[in-house]
Amino acid sequence: MADQVQHGSDQPRVGHLVPWTTLLLTCFALMCLTVLTVYVAEYVDLGRFNIWLALIIATLKASLVCLYFMHLRYDRSFNAIVLIVAILTLMLFIGLALLDTNSYADELYRPDWDNFAPAITQQRDLAP
Amino acid sequence: MADAVQTNAQPHADAHAHPSNLQHHFDTPAQQFDASKFGMWLFLSTEVLFFSGLFLFYTVVRRHHPDAFALGSTFLDWRLGAINTLVLIASSLTMALGVYFAQRSMQRALVFCLVLTLIGAFTFMGIKYIEYSHKIHEQIVWGKWFNPTRGHEAAEHENAAPHGEVASQQDAEAAEPASGSHEPQPAAASAAPAAAIQSQPTAASTDSAPASEPALPIEQSGIMMAGNGPSGLAAGEEVEEKGEEPELDTYALAKQRKDVHLFLGVYFCLTGLHGIHVLAGIVMIICLLIGAIKGRYNSDYYTPIDVGGLYWHLVDLVWIFLFPLLYLV
Repeated sequence: MADQVQHGSDQPRVGHLVPWTTLLLTCFALMCLTVLTVYVAEYVDLGRFNIWLALIIATLKASLVCLYFMHLRYDRSFNAIVLIVAILTLMLFIGLALLDTNSYADELYRPDWDNFAPAITQQRDLAP
Repeated sequence: MADAVQTNAQPHADAHAHPSNLQHHFDTPAQQFDASKFGMWLFLSTEVLFFSGLFLFYTVVRRHHPDAFALGSTFLDWRLGAINTLVLIASSLTMALGVYFAQRSMQRALVFCLVLTLIGAFTFMGIKYIEYSHKIHEQIVWGKWFNPTRGHEAAEHENAAPHGEVASQQDAEAAEPASGSHEPQPAAASAAPAAAIQSQPTAASTDSAPASEPALPIEQSGIMMAGNGPSGLAAGEEVEEKGEEPELDTYALAKQRKDVHLFLGVYFCLTGLHGIHVLAGIVMIICLLIGAIKGRYNSDYYTPIDVGGLYWHLVDLVWIFLFPLLYLV
């Protein structure tokens, strides 16, 4: 072997060493946010904005996981750009599809249109 | 003469000294490491978009059937979902700690962390198994097989005598808060023949109650309308409600609507795909564990642990979003 590795050496050859205290703190913060999510869902009533609050807390948890567990805070920012582009594409995807689906009419066909059609047909046929 | 001949196993130990794991199309170990991580992040982006298709499915179906989602998620136990979330977060921690110990060449600690991650993964799948088997047992599944039945007792109520018009009126009133736009009577009347059709596949499923199939589906539809109201026979059984108000019989309400099966379809698609990813992650962690036991990873070369950790964190990320969307509606 060209290189001998010391047991318990302090720094890796490549990459960054995230302190284990940081990892523990991040995990603790994630668990607290999980408890907060459940608490907000069960005891706080914002009507239709409940789901948005839950999603905001989930986004906060996700950014904690990305920054600390996945080392994005210590890495080259190129990797973060890759993830952010994926998230932007996701938002575009869901946003455009929601724009489309929100424009649907409630009823494509009303059953009483059958009653209109014969009258129109009669008028057309009786026209001089 | 003997000095000029190199007979060692590493043919270029003298030509240019470099770590044994550096491949020749890279200049430095740092460049190789960066390329590996970049490749993994590209794959994670494709995974994000993979799940985004199903999240779109969730969004569109929920936008068109919000009440069905509210009712359908009462069939899910949020406590199991919360435990699963905490289990996955803990397994993400042990995976990140495994990367830390690999970076510091602490092999035994690395093996220990990988084992803990595996235990978390199996716990997650175990709880998933409990949830799925309970739902399948009670026929709370997707599509035309959606027929929520508490245990085996509810199946016998299909053949009991009707309670008359009073029950069906209160039945209609109970359906008011749950359905939004449809009148209760046509919804119940159209749901009843659908329920009669549903009784055919339930007889075919292995764990449904033994079937005394009613001879005339039309009579059964009348029995279903009355028997499932809050003052019907269903009120007699103990209600273990997961909904907000304990007096709502969510099983009966779900049967009166036509669209709760959509929520179950969304639920099984999302959690099923996520479960497949967890299973793939389990296989991957086992491979990493075998390598770690063999002493392959140290501060010189821990890339597989790092990129494996990235994948596992993504699995955790997806669940972090799935939990509030499905369980805490």
